[in-house]
Amino acid sequence: MVTTRDGSIPEIFLQGVSKRFRKGTFAVESVSLEVKRGEFVTFLGPSGCGKSTLLKLVAGLIPVSEGVIQVNGMTPENARDLVGFIFQDATLLPWRTVEQNVGLGMELEHAARLARKERVSRMLELVGLAHVATHYPRQLSGGMKMRASIARALVSRPRILLMDEPFAALDEMTRDRLNEELLRLYSEQNWTVLFVTHSVAEAVFLSSRIVILAPHPGRIAHEYAVDLPWPRTAETRESKAFEGQVTQVSRLLRAVAHA
Amino acid sequence: MKKQALLGLNSVIVLACLLGLWQAVVSLNHLPAYILPGPVAVAVALRDRYPSLLNSLWITAEEAGGGLVASVIAGVAAAMVFAQWRWLRQLLYPYTILLQTVPIVAIAPLIINWAGAGIFSVTIVTFIICLAPIIANTTQGLISVDENMVHLFLMYKATPAQVLFKLRLPNALSNLFTGIRISAGISVIGGITGELFAGSTRVGEGGLGYAIIYASNQMETGYLFALVFAATVLGFSFFFIVMFFEWLALHNWHESKRPESVE
Repeated sequence: MVTTRDGSIPEIFLQGVSKRFRKGTFAVESVSLEVKRGEFVTFLGPSGCGKSTLLKLVAGLIPVSEGVIQVNGMTPENARDLVGFIFQDATLLPWRTVEQNVGLGMELEHAARLARKERVSRMLELVGLAHVATHYPRQLSGGMKMRASIARALVSRPRILLMDEPFAALDEMTRDRLNEELLRLYSEQNWTVLFVTHSVAEAVFLSSRIVILAPHPGRIAHEYAVDLPWPRTAETRESKAFEGQVTQVSRLLRAVAHA
Repeated sequence: MKKQALLGLNSVIVLACLLGLWQAVVSLNHLPAYILPGPVAVAVALRDRYPSLLNSLWITAEEAGGGLVASVIAGVAAAMVFAQWRWLRQLLYPYTILLQTVPIVAIAPLIINWAGAGIFSVTIVTFIICLAPIIANTTQGLISVDENMVHLFLMYKATPAQVLFKLRLPNALSNLFTGIRISAGISVIGGITGELFAGSTRVGEGGLGYAIIYASNQMETGYLFALVFAATVLGFSFFFIVMFFEWLALHNWHESKRPESVE
């Protein structure tokens, strides 16, 4: 089992991870990364840098070609109970109401109906969707769909959240508000988060650490520790420190994209 | 609402004009009824013979309905097998196209040879021509599931059965109904075609296809028209029954059933 320098087990551990697709091209090549419990780490990079592939590898949804991935000391497949995955589009099942969608995980695990109902309504309360519990996804706005998707992930009480460009399809105002709500939940729940985005401002606002990836093949180009005080709120975005770091990260990203 | 009523009234007027024109052509040219009966003659034939017409209609409805229901059950089962095992699909799927291209008129006599004349053979003929659209459409719906949704189910450690029944089958519902709608239309044609050959086990009693041959041989052209009319009505009612079930299954959630204006 892998341990960090201070002797604890890293929450997420990647060593020399490569993913080759059938044609022989590398999606990601020898990526090594350690994420400690409670960190908010964002993968940032141009398209083709394997951000989403890395997330799916950590979730065990696709196998690695080379290297080792451990999640809380276990293989990704065995660690699925600890992990909530949030997809780019909300991936709500259109034939289920919001509450049926949010309860999907517990239903598949044959949880008792009463416990399910109670936890689902608590999560809907938490993300502010209690009033549309019996609506179908087609009746919801993009932001509400994403909230429902987050509630669905939270029902399983994950320790680790993997978020694959969850807010990419939303307008900026909705995205900012959901970012703030996400951080509020993050501070309450003591999660470890791996987040994928191509928005620099979003990455700086959310993360404790940003991993900048270079494309073709996807590999780590820089790691950037964000230095902004917690808790972060809407005012954080107006601070000089925020703007300065957005500029720095943008510069790093541009260098990678044009290399 | 008012607009719709007006539209309905207009179609009634158009229908009345067409019927009037038809009757006028027949009356003015003094056409004999065995060449072209007027609408009045057809109506008279309908009135005089309606017990036997209803009997024929019922027999055909049974055959077409039975074949259609059987094809839905068998077709969905086959599609589920095809969706679960890709190699089986690649091996057998091309043969389902044979079902569609085989000239049913040619094999109907064969089937009657094997299964004997009567309702059962005709139901088999209907079943065969209804099967391909159900299999093709349902398979399509079962396999075209968003990959992320499959991943979502994987994250919850869903069993293959859960993926099939809670994800793939609901996802295929609208495709299934497209298939059933196509098959509902051709089921009546299948029934009538089958009856042209399988006829009846008793003289003078059989489905619409049998009655059409009989009326044609007897030069009862008025009754023939009434039978064609009945066959059309039967096809329509099958179609609308399927539409109703489709609405029942999809109207709550499916994009295709979204009301045109919200609020």
